Amino acid sequence: MEIGELERMAREIRLRDLQAVYEAGAGHIGGEMSVIDILTALYFRVLRLWPDEPKNPARDRFVLSKGHTACALYVTLAKRGFIPEEEISTFLKPHSRLNGHPNCNKVPGVETNTGPLGHGLPVAVGMAKAAQLSGADYHTYVVTGDGEMQEGSNWEAIMAAAQFKLTNLTLIIDHNRFQQGASLSDTNEIAPLRPKLEAFGWEVTEIDGNNMSEVVAALEFRGNSPHCIVAHTNKGHGISFMQDRVDWHHKVPNKEQYEIAVAELSEA
Amino acid sequence: MNAPVPSPNLYDCRDAFAATLERLAAEDETIVAVCNDSVGSSKLGGFKGKFPERLVNVGIAEQNMIGVAAGLANGGRLPYVCAAAPFLTGRSLEQVKADISYSNANVKLVGISSGMAYGELGPTHHSIEDFAWMRVLPNLPVIAPCDRIETAAAVEWAASYAGPCFLRLSRVGVPDLLPEGHRFELGKANRLREGSDVTLIANGTLTHRMMKAAEILAERGIHARVLNLATVRPIDENAIIAAANETGAIVTAEEHSVFGGLGSAVAEVVVDHAPVPMKRLGVPGIFAPTGSAEFLLDEFGMAPSAIADAAQQLISRKKA
Repeated sequence: MEIGELERMAREIRLRDLQAVYEAGAGHIGGEMSVIDILTALYFRVLRLWPDEPKNPARDRFVLSKGHTACALYVTLAKRGFIPEEEISTFLKPHSRLNGHPNCNKVPGVETNTGPLGHGLPVAVGMAKAAQLSGADYHTYVVTGDGEMQEGSNWEAIMAAAQFKLTNLTLIIDHNRFQQGASLSDTNEIAPLRPKLEAFGWEVTEIDGNNMSEVVAALEFRGNSPHCIVAHTNKGHGISFMQDRVDWHHKVPNKEQYEIAVAELSEA
Repeated sequence: MNAPVPSPNLYDCRDAFAATLERLAAEDETIVAVCNDSVGSSKLGGFKGKFPERLVNVGIAEQNMIGVAAGLANGGRLPYVCAAAPFLTGRSLEQVKADISYSNANVKLVGISSGMAYGELGPTHHSIEDFAWMRVLPNLPVIAPCDRIETAAAVEWAASYAGPCFLRLSRVGVPDLLPEGHRFELGKANRLREGSDVTLIANGTLTHRMMKAAEILAERGIHARVLNLATVRPIDENAIIAAANETGAIVTAEEHSVFGGLGSAVAEVVVDHAPVPMKRLGVPGIFAPTGSAEFLLDEFGMAPSAIADAAQQLISRKKA
């Protein structure tokens, strides 16, 4: 897809995600809105994948380490043909396979179960290491939240990726500057991320993570080290009253707010 | 710490583990060993010499070690994670839960030097909680072989089993108990000695102590059945129910806390299906004092003569 089409797709995904969270009465809308441009670029432009063969060994691997934004992943997978779009309406309902965090044994296209933070990057390092050992040419991408980088396990994995010289690994940090309870700067500030990753032997690109052209270019970059994209994003991106508001981490819009949000996303 | 030097007829099961893994790896190029700077303690030196690129050493980083193993499995490799049991299970418990058990990743977790194998190093290095932590996780068979023969058989079985498992190995020398050529069957107890007065159930380093206890009981005219129950989950309900119905009393012994381990697992079956008097021997819910593994097992009432005494007392509680 070209940039304009990707932007239109991201808007559709935002609208469907918003509707799903509104109807389910739960979700993590702020972090979903911040990450959707990255998911769209991955699934509709960058990832080598086969929706009808979700386990094809040659597929690129993608891990959503910030598993609490599962709804955005489900909508993206549905738009890309991994699961029926109608199924999104079952999100969080009893016995739905679409629970609040993605399950790889139930949802095609999900590679590993995430939810507890600090799990996705170590698993992605293993995926990339497997390709290095077998000679497979797939690429591994993993998205973490920025608050999630407070987890020590991520830094264990960052060290290992550099040690293993995993040039087939791209980490995207969704740097929306807010975690569940407060801003990162008021909690455990880990910014600036670039010098930390560089000190650990990674190549780092900083982008506007809600600018599709920049997202695509950064995802398609290949270097000589593991690659980290520090994606500066806005929590609640695209919906004015949610943007950069910590309370929209997992708040659910009321009817009036929902209608305003739909109108704003539709106009965009 | 140096491992205790086994006497000529006692064997360190790590050697059987390492030799079997190297043999399997020669036949299957997808096999990789994942470790946390534990090449020596896991006896991976031979593997490293033969397959240097297939030894994935993440350094001292157990959480990452488990995640990396899950990713390696996703990428078509067959990982054996080899690390000291207390750190493999304790430090990375949530990774084992989410990345291995819940994701059902085909990863073989091999906990080395389990139980009180690191005796004198103290309770930080004792792994007497791992049965409890591991056996509540779905999709994860929990296996503690009793000798080098069963160890080799279980390591080989694991390669052909399409799913994760936890193998709990020791470094303390044990004699051969199972016949050469024994094949491991998941969830199947081995009846090592026939008897009708009481059943002694153990696994790992305790099975041979149970055999000795049975000999002592025989001298006292008591016929004890001995079950080697390597698989703690899925447990052999039939063998336990038969033991309860046919012998009327069960003693368990384990190199583990009495809370949540083999004895608890057996008791769950007994309570549900065939209530009979039981005695669960193990570490009584405390941090162990200083001492070697063998010393501590004796200290906690698991010398063969003490096991025999416990069995005899239990028999007196049997219903007529």
